[in-house]
Amino acid sequence: MLRIVSIGIFCIVCLASFTIFQKKTYPDKLSEWNFFKGKLSDLSPAKEVVPYALNTPLFTDYAEKSRFVRLPSGKFVQYQSEGVLHFPEGTALIKTFYYSADFRNPGKNKNIIETRVLIKEQEEWKALSYVWNDDQTDAIREIAGDEKQVQFIDKAGNPQKVRYVIPNQNQCKGCHNVNDQMMPIGPSVAQLNGNVSYPSGIENQLKYWNQHGMMQNLPSFATIPKTAVWNDPLSGDLNARARAYLAINCAHCHRREGPAQTSGLFLTESETDITALGINKAPVAAGTGSGGRLVDIQARDANASILWYRMQTNNPGERMPELGRSLVHQEGLALIKEWINKMK
Amino acid sequence: MRLLSFLLLFVIGTPLVSFSQKDFQKKYQSLFILAESGDVIELPEGVFQLTNTLSLEGKKKVTIRGKGMNKTILSFKNQTDGAEGIRVSDGTEILLEGFTVQDAKGDAIKTMHVKGITFHDVKTEWTGTPGPANGGYGLYPVQCEGVVIDQCEAIGASDAGIYVGQSKDIVVKKSKAYHNVAGIEIENSLHAEVVDNEAWGNSGGILVFDLPDLVQKKGGQVKVHHNNIHDNNYVNFAPKGNVVASVPSGTGLMILATKEIEVFQNNIVNNQSAGTLIISYMTTGRPIKDKLYDPFPSAISIHDNVYERKIGLPVGTDPLAAILGKRFGENVPHIISDGIRNPTLLDAAGKWIAGQCISIVNNKGQSIANLDVQNNFKNINRADDSFKCEN
Repeated sequence: MLRIVSIGIFCIVCLASFTIFQKKTYPDKLSEWNFFKGKLSDLSPAKEVVPYALNTPLFTDYAEKSRFVRLPSGKFVQYQSEGVLHFPEGTALIKTFYYSADFRNPGKNKNIIETRVLIKEQEEWKALSYVWNDDQTDAIREIAGDEKQVQFIDKAGNPQKVRYVIPNQNQCKGCHNVNDQMMPIGPSVAQLNGNVSYPSGIENQLKYWNQHGMMQNLPSFATIPKTAVWNDPLSGDLNARARAYLAINCAHCHRREGPAQTSGLFLTESETDITALGINKAPVAAGTGSGGRLVDIQARDANASILWYRMQTNNPGERMPELGRSLVHQEGLALIKEWINKMK
Repeated sequence: MRLLSFLLLFVIGTPLVSFSQKDFQKKYQSLFILAESGDVIELPEGVFQLTNTLSLEGKKKVTIRGKGMNKTILSFKNQTDGAEGIRVSDGTEILLEGFTVQDAKGDAIKTMHVKGITFHDVKTEWTGTPGPANGGYGLYPVQCEGVVIDQCEAIGASDAGIYVGQSKDIVVKKSKAYHNVAGIEIENSLHAEVVDNEAWGNSGGILVFDLPDLVQKKGGQVKVHHNNIHDNNYVNFAPKGNVVASVPSGTGLMILATKEIEVFQNNIVNNQSAGTLIISYMTTGRPIKDKLYDPFPSAISIHDNVYERKIGLPVGTDPLAAILGKRFGENVPHIISDGIRNPTLLDAAGKWIAGQCISIVNNKGQSIANLDVQNNFKNINRADDSFKCEN
């Protein structure tokens, strides 16, 4: 009897300490999370780890990305037409950044750089960054950031070099920030409203999530918003694609609840105030980032627009976004240039 | 020889180069991330090269302390990433002291959403001849509450050396700002005291601005006193597009569209274009689309200051300098008003209603010009005694 009681007490103590341990620490190695099965660098999802994709993703120095979500067993998200979905506590978003050796052969000879894990805790999301070792056997948690020299052959067959910067833990929140709370940027229903290749075949993500108990209250498809694919003219007109591009690349900061609220420039897709969108708007604290230009957007003149200037410069004190790019996204820049130049 | 150099390395090198510069970045960034409430992070003496922003986020009661502004130098000359040297965000009671941030590619020290941010014995500096490639802001608290800037220095910013924006409850004291476009700027901020500072050799010494299209709309309740604001005649090197690019070189104190300001017992000397310039946002020529924005300065009292200037034409290439030079020659009045008053604050007789007037009295060497901007400078004239409040 006494023995059972003491085991019981021991177990309560061990449970309590386990809970404290759980709260304060995270695995040092990516492999410990068990997100993937088999060889880690194959990024083959384990059970209940589901791939997802965004219609228009953030540009990160031409890095390719694989994305997975793991909801806690039996948990689901509620459909919401706007904003990032309210994922249940314990959700993990797992995003891996890699470069294929030759972009004409995507997925072959990958150089995996980092895996970012966003974990939904009770109140807040936590961001963890795991940096892959040179042998590509595992990734180690890094809080202070790092950088890697990367080489690849681009789609046109030209060799490219990137100094890929892994953000430090605080810089994660520089972008993933709504009213000073850590938040994911991408997964809204509009961004998820597109097809993904599953082991069972290609399917619309929202339908798949709904069928597999991951999302509830999905309305009829005609009413679900859909973000345009920035580089697919069939998915939306020039304005829709440019606004989608600006929303995902800029609006995580440039929104009323974001870190760039001090600038008065707001680039969410829902923004309707044309001054807030930058048209004929004088900069506030652009400093050298104004590039000698007078307004954020000068309609029909990309060259005279600070927005264009800051996208095409590599100077860290001037370039936008501030983090996550050391190369100019030429194709994105061309889209925004065309959008400004064809404004009415 | 080899032995000698080895010995030299041992003697000179070892104590300072105990870890590589990259390790310095990593080590201190890790300390910033892991800091707990009450921690003091000590920065050693020496010059340290950083390539990325050092950021402190979501912390309470944390001190970052160097060995003194001239002993601990954080150089960002080779910065490749991050838009500022040091960034502090979403914090409470943060103290920065005893170090210099040099040659940041963007802003030097930006603090945002901090309740209780103190800068003490901190220098921000861009070395070399000041130019438009320098970063915008030196000490840069924005959307903060309880800001203290004490015994700091700001040099070479292409916008403002000490810039407090969209903040509340501010003291800037015993600090020096020189060779910036704007020395000290209080922008869209409430309840600020700027006292015992020296602002010299900037294009504009001290600016108190209210601008449209911002989250914190209305600044005001600003006291500027016991400052030495002199020789702010540096060429305006701000990149175009920034509002400070339109501050005329040769400006001592400039008030733009702000309310409830008291300016007293300052030394405002040898600022050759405008010892003090008081204007509405209309005069900048920029469009106003923000319906909640009040573009007029009002409730301003300028008294008991000392004004002096050398005989000579206004300096710089700003159109205002040309206008003043043409009208007044080498004897430009010390205080320049655009003459535009908020019509909703005037009574039927065209006089200020109680408590709203712009008062300029009892200054040593006082002289005033009214630019009559409303009538396109038609009646630009001396108005030495016309800024007395009847109410």
